[in-house]
Amino acid sequence: MIIKVLGPGCANCVNLEKVTREVVAELGVAATIEKVTDYGAIAGYGVMRTPALVVDEALVLSGRVPTAAQVRDILEPLGSGS
Amino acid sequence: MSVAERLRAKTPTRRWVGLGASAVVWFALYQVNRPFWDWLIGGAFGLDLDSRLGSGLHFFFYDSVKIALLLIGIIFLITVLRSFMSVERTRALLGGKREGVGNVMASGLGVVTPFCSCSAVPAFIGFVAAGVPLGVTMSFLIASPLVNEIAIALIFGLFGIGPTLLYVGAGLVIAIVAGFVLGRLKLERWVEPFVFETRLGGQVIDSTFGLTWDDRIQMGIEEVTNILKKIWPYLLVGIGVGAGIHGWAPEDFFTQYAGEGNPFAVLIAVLIGIPLYSNAAGILPLVDALHDKGLPMGTLLAFMMAVVALSLPEMILLRRVLKPQLIATFIGVVAVGIVGVGYLFNAVLG
Repeated sequence: MIIKVLGPGCANCVNLEKVTREVVAELGVAATIEKVTDYGAIAGYGVMRTPALVVDEALVLSGRVPTAAQVRDILEPLGSGS
Repeated sequence: MSVAERLRAKTPTRRWVGLGASAVVWFALYQVNRPFWDWLIGGAFGLDLDSRLGSGLHFFFYDSVKIALLLIGIIFLITVLRSFMSVERTRALLGGKREGVGNVMASGLGVVTPFCSCSAVPAFIGFVAAGVPLGVTMSFLIASPLVNEIAIALIFGLFGIGPTLLYVGAGLVIAIVAGFVLGRLKLERWVEPFVFETRLGGQVIDSTFGLTWDDRIQMGIEEVTNILKKIWPYLLVGIGVGAGIHGWAPEDFFTQYAGEGNPFAVLIAVLIGIPLYSNAAGILPLVDALHDKGLPMGTLLAFMMAVVALSLPEMILLRRVLKPQLIATFIGVVAVGIVGVGYLFNAVLG
């Protein structure tokens, strides 16, 4: 599973990356986490409000920093499938 | 159990009762604020409230509490209301709209859509690459910071409903006209080419889809905390300087240089305001103190608008998608609009 955290480096993006890393460690799924800071690439995913989260090239969340529980709800079904 | 957890209601009844109780506490605090500081500074400490120290201290404490309360209440309300809008929905509404109608809609949506200037660049690319005309996109990007919830909260609290409506109306007119003018100028050649080449892929996720009332209230609480955390230094400095002006600046010092006698006052106020970087929270306590010293409202509103609408950091961000010529034109057109509004207000309210 490849997880991308989209955001130019604002406080929200740092928070989202932190939450995501925590959840990945907790679930124990094999995942690489990358940061995408290029505006062209961010917009290319259809994102207009950072931060955003992309899992295996599919946009799963945009516009706000979710709670750890929300990230778990998103990642858990995806992780077990692969 | 933390306060936040206790506020997260489990049942609809508890949610609305909790919200109602918070509103009652808010109103009570707002009502006792002035009598409390009158009593503490005038009574308990025995300072003359008309003296320099007394009026300065009273201004500082009374205004700090009043402004904090207004910010909490109004940011919460606006965030909850805005959670029904999203940038994605705004773009869908603007798609295929012609200039003119598009500019009017974009400006109105710029006010009601939840948006922070840190997302200005991806939103710009998202709008333009989806075919929203450049001028219409600009109307959105001008209105969004120009008419903001912090300024609405503070102007309403410090000056009342009249100036608040004038401010919102003026901000909308500036955004509509400036966006329309920028669109007419056909400046697409000054947009970085990669914007038009960006392929919008993937499905669009509406960030507000499926929110419950509890989520919206939670977002309101989070937004209040985030904004207060971010702006309190500006606010304290602003109120401190305001208190200094209030207690110490000579009565006719400012009116002599920037009062109605000086026809260039608005122009100079805007030129000073453009490079200044602060937010409405830092500027409005100052505006309040200067207004008390007899400076006209139009000059002061123009100053505040120039500070919040045009700032160096935002221009540096926009440089990623706009060439310097377009940024310069953007600043010029918006500045002219603000100057015009300043003179108009001075003439109408004068």
